[in-house]
Amino acid sequence: MIRELTCIICPKGCQLKVELDENKKVISVTGYTCKRGEVYANTECTAPMRTITTTAAVIGGGVVPVKTDKTVPKEMMFDCMKVINQVRVSEDAKLGDIVIENILGTGANVVTTRNVKI
Amino acid sequence: MSKVDLVIIGGGPAGMSAAVAAYDAGLRNILILERDTSLGGILRQCIHNGFGLHRFKEELTGPEYAYRYELQVRERNIPFKLNTMVLNVSPDKVITAMNSEDGMFTIEAGAIILAMGCRERPKGALNIAGSRPAGIFTAGTAQKFVNMDGYMPGKKVVILGSGDIGLIMARRMTLEGAKVEAVCELMPYSGGLARNIEQCLNDFNIPLMLSHTVVEIHGKERVTGVTIAKVDERRKPIPETKQYIECDTLLLSCGLIPENELTRGAGISIDRVTNGAFVDQNRQTDIEGVFACGNVLHVHDLVDYVSEESEIAGKAAAAYIMNGKHEKAVAIELKTDGKIRYTVPQRITSEENVTVYFRVADVYRDVRIVVKDGENVIINKKKQKVAPGEMETVTLTSAMINGITSGSLSFGIEGIN
Ligand code: SF4
Repeated sequence: MIRELTCIICPKGCQLKVELDENKKVISVTGYTCKRGEVYANTECTAPMRTITTTAAVIGGGVVPVKTDKTVPKEMMFDCMKVINQVRVSEDAKLGDIVIENILGTGANVVTTRNVKI
Repeated sequence: MSKVDLVIIGGGPAGMSAAVAAYDAGLRNILILERDTSLGGILRQCIHNGFGLHRFKEELTGPEYAYRYELQVRERNIPFKLNTMVLNVSPDKVITAMNSEDGMFTIEAGAIILAMGCRERPKGALNIAGSRPAGIFTAGTAQKFVNMDGYMPGKKVVILGSGDIGLIMARRMTLEGAKVEAVCELMPYSGGLARNIEQCLNDFNIPLMLSHTVVEIHGKERVTGVTIAKVDERRKPIPETKQYIECDTLLLSCGLIPENELTRGAGISIDRVTNGAFVDQNRQTDIEGVFACGNVLHVHDLVDYVSEESEIAGKAAAAYIMNGKHEKAVAIELKTDGKIRYTVPQRITSEENVTVYFRVADVYRDVRIVVKDGENVIINKKKQKVAPGEMETVTLTSAMINGITSGSLSFGIEGIN
């Protein structure tokens, strides 16, 4: 089976063709411009991963942008969102501060992407 | 009236990069004027990642990218005034501005860099039938509500236009619990990056309906639904294809337009295609000492390219102040064939290597990018695919520029023979 994918690793967006066997194991990948595209095709066909970027509420009002500092399994995105939407970030948090450690056991921390106070 | 060597209008990514580059070139008397409450421009609300891969070799979110430049501005102690609105730029480089601290004030500038960025085209909504109930937003306004203010503009959403902001907002609203019913795109292709179609729409099974538009908005006080229809080759809706979609929110992502009121006010000539100033390789406009860079000059796909371009303008502005007037060595006009819509710069006045940025009008496959001096082909570059959403570049070497005999270069797309 051939699966067609768009590589999401950089803005070039290469069109990848992945050849899979009956057990959905990757046989070959074509269409990538750089090595990262080949890696992406492999993980995308076995265990797709995504970075989450969202906001978290600040104690005392307002929101601050946050992200997962590593990718998390794609199917866990909405569960992670539920957890992130519960958290309250300190008003003194600085860019890069961890607001949730190892979210849902994924190994990724949720960190702020700017200083709360500007 | 105070005097400042270099005034930069706009403290977004373009203004900050230009300021840092001018400082690093040796200029010290610089002032940035920013109308918002902090530096960073539109990047502050672009909380998604994908920025900085070229510049920093890592993937940053918008606020992180902006903060790196803000730190560079702060480390150099480059002065900036926030909450400051520039009202006018005169042809002799006098800037009129105001804020609540200084009131109205004027500055005599030695050089000016225009870095005001762009805004969203409201155009998409103009010719849609129906009343104008609450619930219609541009994608960028919705982005500000969600990402900066923490409010959700609606629960059931239709998006008109598949520009990147629209795609990004489709994912953003979905993650926050809204249902995005469809993204309608008038053209037969999307204006957004392929990666955004993949990770913002396909990831969440949001349909991208190409050659479709919204023909009617329903609802009195709040949007209750929209009627969409397929369009023919002439982009006219086909009545038999009409369908109703229930929704409470319509987001418009119909492209961006450089914000050039100040530029026009100064009498600087504007390119009809880019909607930005005509510039030379230094990003100097037709008023000497006035430069333009970033999205006010032409809309970029990536902020990395905005920073790159703004460094050119910053360096050139510093050289203009420190070395005085630059003598024009040559004057070459860059022309396009329509398949290539525009080039930046539009003219070249030096003999040094110049990278020319350009955008095509349609999706073309297996073609050649051809640059000619009269009938003489000087660049002939094969391309598998070019698309309007992706800016292309070619570099003209000084040897090529020196060899030009016709006084102009034509940029075109030709088929592969
Ligand atoms: S394959 Fe490499 S160049 Fe192509 S989109 Fe992926 S990361 Fe970018």
